[in-house]
Amino acid sequence: MDSIYSETIIESMKRVEATRKERVGQKLPLLTLDERSDILHGFHPDYKAGTIRALRAGPSKGENMVNEVADLLESYGAIDDNFDLSEVDYDVDVLIIGGGGAGASAALIAQENGANVLLATKLRLGDANTMMAQGGIQAADKENDSPSIHYLDIIGGGGFHNVPELVRALAIDAPSVIKWLEDLGVMFNKEKDGTMFSIHGGGTSRKRMHSCRDYSGGEMMKTLRDEVLNRGDIEVLEFSSACELLTDNGKCTGAILYNMETEEYLIVRSKTTIMATGGAGRLHVQRFPTTNHYGATADGLVMAYRAGCSLLFMDTIQYHPTGAAFPEQILGLLITEKCRGLGAQLLNTDANRFIYELETRDVEAAAIIRECQERGLGVETASGMKGVWLDLPLIDVINGQGTIKREIPAMYRQYMRFDIDITKEPVLVYPTQHYQNGGILINDKAEAELENLYVAGEASGGIHGRNRLMGNSLLDIIVFGRRAGKNAAIKSQKVKEGKLTLNHLKKYNAELDQMGAQKERTSPILLPDYRREETKKRHIEVF
Amino acid sequence: MEDMITIYIMGKQYEVPKSLTIMKAMEYAGYKFLRGCGCRGGFCGACATVYRTLDDYKIKVGLACQTVVEDGMYLAQIPFFPANKAKYSIDELEPTYVQVSKLYPEVFRCLACNTCTKICPQDIQVMDYVQNSLRGNITEAANLSFDCIMCGLCASRCPAEIVQYNVGILCRRLYGRYLAPKAEHLKKRVAEIEEGKFDDEIDKLMKSDEDSLKELYSNRDMEK
Repeated sequence: MDSIYSETIIESMKRVEATRKERVGQKLPLLTLDERSDILHGFHPDYKAGTIRALRAGPSKGENMVNEVADLLESYGAIDDNFDLSEVDYDVDVLIIGGGGAGASAALIAQENGANVLLATKLRLGDANTMMAQGGIQAADKENDSPSIHYLDIIGGGGFHNVPELVRALAIDAPSVIKWLEDLGVMFNKEKDGTMFSIHGGGTSRKRMHSCRDYSGGEMMKTLRDEVLNRGDIEVLEFSSACELLTDNGKCTGAILYNMETEEYLIVRSKTTIMATGGAGRLHVQRFPTTNHYGATADGLVMAYRAGCSLLFMDTIQYHPTGAAFPEQILGLLITEKCRGLGAQLLNTDANRFIYELETRDVEAAAIIRECQERGLGVETASGMKGVWLDLPLIDVINGQGTIKREIPAMYRQYMRFDIDITKEPVLVYPTQHYQNGGILINDKAEAELENLYVAGEASGGIHGRNRLMGNSLLDIIVFGRRAGKNAAIKSQKVKEGKLTLNHLKKYNAELDQMGAQKERTSPILLPDYRREETKKRHIEVF
Repeated sequence: MEDMITIYIMGKQYEVPKSLTIMKAMEYAGYKFLRGCGCRGGFCGACATVYRTLDDYKIKVGLACQTVVEDGMYLAQIPFFPANKAKYSIDELEPTYVQVSKLYPEVFRCLACNTCTKICPQDIQVMDYVQNSLRGNITEAANLSFDCIMCGLCASRCPAEIVQYNVGILCRRLYGRYLAPKAEHLKKRVAEIEEGKFDDEIDKLMKSDEDSLKELYSNRDMEK
């Protein structure tokens, strides 16, 4: 059979194979903070000229945002600001917008705290980045570790920009989150005596990455979804996206939902609302491919921003260092950091290492870009895509035969679909858009600046500073999902029924008029459109 | 121009580049997904697709996001399939076959025809985990079903009307909750946190200025 690789690539791969054994145990030094700063400023996409701009409207006016996010925020509401809100379809204590890990955990805890809960989600319950998270979840639960050591790792990883009270919440709640998940029946990888199997992630000083093979988020999400469905009194609306919040004099009073199948709108009045809409990967910042699910279009940022909430660190995006660079069909898909945690090395075309593999993600991504773009030592595929090798077979050499199939079965399966056996061959990788480091500003109760609005998960900002560590996102969605669920439920008992208005949208639209925003641009966009331009040009609405 | 091939989406003919996945080929043809598309990475089970190929009577399946198109492929997606989901309180269960049979009595209707295993796009031994569940081997059922993405193709083809993937998640939760050894170090740490053991240390860090944090960070000892 013909190889799927060219002669040049096969030559390079042979060099990787030839040096594999001698690279076992080879040490590369960790970079100093100054060296990190240099490589980031030189090669991280965040620092590329012309990719961010100062926002011209709203509470974070003047702050820099990546262009793709700024475009959405400087857009008019998709719904007319004189919309008829007189007929209320749902009247609930707590409305949760989003059905990923944050939304599902918020729903469970809000229900346990006596609230009448409605969970509305754009796609299916569980269609979220949570489902795709492979590597693991951090928690300082071992003898040699502590929440304060975890705290230091988080804040250093974030470039010391993180909001301290949020970092504290993340580190201190982590063990109880793992315990909660264990009690719900999540199958963590464990030793025979019940000790959690845990490894390093990039930027961790202790081995505190817990995992469920390489379906960590999937196993958590499937369990949380099963549990939400067990509780008959949590109402779930699928394919019902929120498209605007409702407010009454600086308080959140509900939302407008859009049934994406019948194209009807629905009015929800809620005492408190939890925004758990996730990230922004499908905006394809700087045209990067993404690891994110289909619905990651920053809807929550747009809705909350118009209603008066500030955003934090929206000028920085996390590029996962190891997205698939080949084959074309899986371009940009995640190759979990757990691979490097288990010892896989990054190599250039000459089979030389160029960075210690467990630096933070921003540094790893910048180093790969430097290797391919500046040094010209990347491996070029037939489509012109460049990448570096991730030497996966090394995992079995270091940890024993069978480790790959046991610890990263999803990766093994993914590549076998394209006849690449990762127990024998390295794979090509390049950074891919992965995570929204910033988001809507919250406090440690998960409260946003708009009263009665809570935010949990990737939509929130401040926890991770300017760079999130591996395994702190699965943690963050549950920590703040639970906090939001509890606080929103308790608060809902004290909230008096508010009016439903779009006054905030009127005000925001007026501000856009003043700055001369493009009239035809509206948001949220709800879903990306991957049809060909030729098709879109000929698209008409007949009925 | 890339090599083009002919595929049939729900019977309608389209010319698409031959390197695309079914999902990207459908988008190329002009479809904008609402259902039938989720994570686009093989983890969520939203895009189960059934197809036939030229001159072959066999029904084949794949995830649209993971399967490359073939010339003559005749396909349709199954974006939703009605399924029975038992409601239970995880706190009140027992990890036994009696429990499984109470919640999903239909598992005893399994004909051992193996259609579920043959159709699974994850190549999971589906029939084996169902059989293990009804023999009370919950641990094995949990392990065998672990990589299930709940796409529903097994349930769509089962002559005994079993919803295999719901049996699978039940067994995994039973295993995780009742059979897996408990992490004692975790229990201990949670208790220490509740007693406030780390509060002072963290308060101190929260009050530290950036320079002292940087110094602490740069001098951390790293676990080997």
